[in-house]
Amino acid sequence: MKFIAEIDVMPLKALLDPQGRAVTSVLKNMGMPEFENVRIGKHVTLEVESDSEANAKVKVEEACKNLLANPIMESFHYSIKAN
Amino acid sequence: MLKFGVVVVPGSNCDHDTIYVLKHIYKQDAVPLWHKTSDLQGCDAIIVPGGFSYGDYLRAGALARYSPMMNAVAEFAKNGGIVVGICNGFQILCEAGLLPGALLLNTQPHSGINYSCKNIHLIAENDNTALTTGIPKGKALTIPIAHGEGRYFADAETLEKLNKNGQIIFRYCDEKGKITPDSNPNGSLENIAGICNETKNVFGMMPHPERASDEHLGNTDGKYILSALVKTVQARKAERLVVS
Repeated sequence: MKFIAEIDVMPLKALLDPQGRAVTSVLKNMGMPEFENVRIGKHVTLEVESDSEANAKVKVEEACKNLLANPIMESFHYSIKAN
Repeated sequence: MLKFGVVVVPGSNCDHDTIYVLKHIYKQDAVPLWHKTSDLQGCDAIIVPGGFSYGDYLRAGALARYSPMMNAVAEFAKNGGIVVGICNGFQILCEAGLLPGALLLNTQPHSGINYSCKNIHLIAENDNTALTTGIPKGKALTIPIAHGEGRYFADAETLEKLNKNGQIIFRYCDEKGKITPDSNPNGSLENIAGICNETKNVFGMMPHPERASDEHLGNTDGKYILSALVKTVQARKAERLVVS
């Protein structure tokens, strides 16, 4: 079976996100002072071939831990559904 | 004569500079090591040079670490071989877990985010590693940096360990050798510019000593660092020859 995973990779909350900080500042310059704490991460979608959703999750988790996210600086969340 | 291997991945752009200075300034042999191969060609030490490996896709250094050549380099390091990562090479070695910590997007005290390409000053933390042997105590070296993701970060426990074990080899400083917030070009924790692993055979630094080696470029402070490397590798090779 084929599953589709939607993965969000975000900079750890404890770390300064300079991209988010710059975007927050530009939003304010655009006349939108109500925005605060923009944080910028990555959204990854991928297809995974697996015999079950549970096994697909194991594979996605492995890909996240070893490549898609660096646990020193990023956290990740994902959802999986059958294609 | 020593033989240095310089790892080349798509997007490396300091590989030729590094080979050039090793050959013509430091008078050693140097060969490129293509990322898809895994033969270290009998090299005595490995340099992972700067650049934008795989276009810095995903994270700087994240994709290059999984190449066959980097697997061979990791094995070489595990067996005690000397490996030096410069700039993107430092990022690759951190991603590969050969060095602790990570390099994050730069922040700067006055100008927010920035890609920094300029001369900075560095001070060697000690004089007993392969990159710092013989550097006069307190001397501020002038070395260029060129990076957007050089903000060294590690968790508190790792940082404490690095300090305790003498694994921090270079810190950013002012022209007098004083470590100040204003002399930190990228927001690195504790002004860290270069570190090594616990066994002191794997090194990473963001500044480019190979760009400060040829007198035609008007700055040769990189010679302190790369001469130290050459001398250390020569001494280790001589030791090995005696033993065998």
